[in-house]
Amino acid sequence: MSVPSSTADVEVQSRPGDPAITPEAVTEHGLSEDEYQQILQILRREPTWTELGIFSAMWSEHCGYKNSRPLLRQLPTQAPWVLQGPGENAGVIAVGGGLAIAFKIESHNHPSAVEPYQGAATGVGGILRDVFTMGARPIALLNSLRFGDLDGPGGDRVRYLLAGVVKGIGDYGNCVGVPTVGGEVGFDPAYEGNPLVNAMCIGLLKEDELIRGVAAGVGNPIMAVGAKTGRDGIHGATFASAELSEAAEAKRPMVQVGDPFTEKLLLEASLELIRSGHIVGIQDMGAAGLVSSSTEMAARGGTGVDIEISRVPVREPGMTPYEILLSETQERMLVVAHAGREEAVRKILGHWGLDAETIGTVTDTGMYVVRENGVPVAAIPGEPLVNECPTYTREGREAAEVTALREMDVSAIEPRPEEADPAWTLRMLLDSPGIASKQWVYEQYDSTVRTGTVVGPGSDAAVIRLRGTRRAIAATVDCNARYVYLNPRRGGQIAVAEAARNLACSGALPRAVTDNLNFGNPLKPEVYHQMSEALAGIAEACRTLSTPVTGGNVSLYNENPRGAIYPTPTIGMVGIVEDLDHITTSAFKNEGDVVILLGQNTEERGASEYLRVIHGLTAGDAPRVDLDGERALQTALLDAIRAGLIASAHDCAEGGLAVALAESAFGNPDQLWGVNIDLPNSLPPRALLFGEAQGRVVVSCRPDARPAVLEVMDRYAVPAGVLGTVTEQDGWFRVCSAGATIAVPILELAAVYYDAIPRRMDGSPDDVRASLFSEVEHL
Amino acid sequence: MKIGVVTFPGSNCDYDCLHAVEETIGGQAIYLWHAEADLQGSDAVFLPGGFSYGDYLRAGAIARVSPIMEEVRAFANAGGPVAGICNGFQILCEAGLLPGGLIRNRSLRFASRSVRLRVEATDSLWMSRYEAGQVLRVPIAHGEGCYVADEATLDELESSARVAFRYMGEASPNGSARNIAGIVNEAGNVLGMMPHPERAVDALLGSTDGVPLFRAVESHLNAGVGR
Repeated sequence: MSVPSSTADVEVQSRPGDPAITPEAVTEHGLSEDEYQQILQILRREPTWTELGIFSAMWSEHCGYKNSRPLLRQLPTQAPWVLQGPGENAGVIAVGGGLAIAFKIESHNHPSAVEPYQGAATGVGGILRDVFTMGARPIALLNSLRFGDLDGPGGDRVRYLLAGVVKGIGDYGNCVGVPTVGGEVGFDPAYEGNPLVNAMCIGLLKEDELIRGVAAGVGNPIMAVGAKTGRDGIHGATFASAELSEAAEAKRPMVQVGDPFTEKLLLEASLELIRSGHIVGIQDMGAAGLVSSSTEMAARGGTGVDIEISRVPVREPGMTPYEILLSETQERMLVVAHAGREEAVRKILGHWGLDAETIGTVTDTGMYVVRENGVPVAAIPGEPLVNECPTYTREGREAAEVTALREMDVSAIEPRPEEADPAWTLRMLLDSPGIASKQWVYEQYDSTVRTGTVVGPGSDAAVIRLRGTRRAIAATVDCNARYVYLNPRRGGQIAVAEAARNLACSGALPRAVTDNLNFGNPLKPEVYHQMSEALAGIAEACRTLSTPVTGGNVSLYNENPRGAIYPTPTIGMVGIVEDLDHITTSAFKNEGDVVILLGQNTEERGASEYLRVIHGLTAGDAPRVDLDGERALQTALLDAIRAGLIASAHDCAEGGLAVALAESAFGNPDQLWGVNIDLPNSLPPRALLFGEAQGRVVVSCRPDARPAVLEVMDRYAVPAGVLGTVTEQDGWFRVCSAGATIAVPILELAAVYYDAIPRRMDGSPDDVRASLFSEVEHL
Repeated sequence: MKIGVVTFPGSNCDYDCLHAVEETIGGQAIYLWHAEADLQGSDAVFLPGGFSYGDYLRAGAIARVSPIMEEVRAFANAGGPVAGICNGFQILCEAGLLPGGLIRNRSLRFASRSVRLRVEATDSLWMSRYEAGQVLRVPIAHGEGCYVADEATLDELESSARVAFRYMGEASPNGSARNIAGIVNEAGNVLGMMPHPERAVDALLGSTDGVPLFRAVESHLNAGVGR
């Protein structure tokens, strides 16, 4: 049957054997009745099966941002140093000296929930491609992970997921040869069954090498490059745009399979291709594969494309246009070359053992046309397909349960009898997997390849030198989701403020943000409320701290059968270290150094790790935030660092002041320092030791630098108080206040901290061993 | 002086190796492409770390039949200095230029950290700038670094002073037989080691303990006893 085409001279044909377009088929494609009506208006006819698949992918949450786009508009995106804001494969900022960095974060939550190893591995692969398609050489990877409770009833499954995800990330990044330099790992029952896997990549380029994913130049050839297209991952984007159900395991075939070896070849070939001048634009065939890459490139170029589907290299015969268009086979690129340079492009790829095939041309019709052996099977106006995805502003309303939890008077909670000894409480916190050392995780990542990693995993932020310059890049990922859950606006502010504080502690000026917005089902008013409030908080903090958002990723429908995950808007932030001499880490350095607290101890017990670990409670309000004070603190700290006054700097976060002091004392496993600390008696002991008041940093300095440090703080009106001194190596951790004294050998605390995760993972059940045996599929 | 660094498809420490050569001994360092059977007049050759051919089949198993390996073998047999680091060590074992082999770490996990190494025999050309018993800090990063060989071979390595480096501490990070981290061939011109000396040439990154290894081959070549 042929249907008349009204939008151009292209006569679209339904393919024999294509299923009928029924209301059920429309629903299965994740499209609402209204959205279908809009498609009919755009086409002025019924879509073919192929076209329905195309709309389904492009108008999925993953590609179309239909529930988040209106909220994202409030984020600041501009600054003089921003060379590329949102809308491209990755954001780009200038770092001085003609150099720039491209960076982006992306989630692979749903695939990792059903197939942790491949799900996480391909997440790393995708984010690498997003960065090197900007012409940037990837120099660092980070990741932000969330899992269920390691100690809970579902602990075995959590161990299986953790082991598989970590191995997937490691095997992929290690093989490609990009160091994984930092990240965060959190545990909470809220993530049971729906772990979060967010991967961030940073790449280095010269400003004049920046290339974009654009299809320009009518008549230019469109080429498919890299791996051959198979049936894997079809509808991955749509899968990622719905809630996980008990039946999710059945969707395992929707998870793509990664091949890091091909990725490494593709990386080298792409960078060579970009520098050769033979190409106009390049883009990863990521979510929604060929469809999204080709339509987005055409939309950016204001052009049309005409693709002959039979020319796409495929792995198996008999694939339909629908399957080829929507496949999410990994390690593929779409390239628009200059006319006449196809041979030169093929030669470069051939050197790296890769194929390139011309599959279409850039046109001036504005139409997205797909043919099969010359017969058009899809013809869609490109602009509305890409840019007119319907967007929704939903109803937001806070869940009554959250309001009640926030308003709970947590200062009235009776201490447990064991708490009479605050050292017991500290040990419990250091043993909690959220706070404990993540060495078990990051020792599976090659963090030193490319010989640029000055500060690797385990400090406040990672620092990567830029060879041939005195400069370095610092990066971190951060989000305390408990804060966001109990007070979304403050939680959003804190995520940004803490990321920036981590960078300042490392000696870097915070510069820009890439965000990964992980939330539940936006159709639920309580989830939409979390989204809109958290984004408002992020926007406020990004404005005050001058860290615009240059891109990111939205991952919705993160739910398990018991409900939504904690709202987790992960903030990936990058900063610039002006001189290598400014690089600072969190660990104490010398005996006799003075320990100073920057910022103020205020009574904050709500939403703390203390309440969760000791009392099993996620309750109370998130700590208060003073964004202007935060900015002053960070500026003053950076001033003191640049003046050479600071030996160590560590952000005071989960677990409060006591944990921050301990982390600085044993942060370098080769040098475990004793400390002698006298705390002011301004607050009740529990709030003083374990409360999570914001805007605080523990620094240490040489005794003779002490007046100068205090003077710098005074100049910026930042409260600062001397707490005590660093004592001898392998000495005692002594923290005294009026109501309580902790005195424990530092070796004992370090043992608790470093052994917490190994003791839960080693000697694990068979399925963990099985997941450690996983291998990248050999294709 | 010209030092060649072989790039196999999947090599990823070739860049670090090239820079380490340039920064430590200032000689000319060039990349050698695996598909070209030509060492371009190199006076010494490095097989760098990485995942040649994705480590598919078995680490180093495919790289050993790469066209350039015929040249490397001839060069090594003629006494030319050859060092294989990490994946390079695996390739040298697969190629039969060094005895034994490397299997999966006993933990089944990739191991990336800074380790302490003890320098053992120093009579080979690669080890001449180290002192026996010296303790080094060098990063490791590998999933298949557990050195294995039959008992006779291990005894032979020990008795002929061919163990170059050993991991210190009670347990090696990968379960290697006799804590072996690096060995040399009988003639002493071929070295294989799992740790990464090329990542330990700059104090900024935490260690300069890899520098003597590069200086040793420089001395050797300057002394004119090369090929």
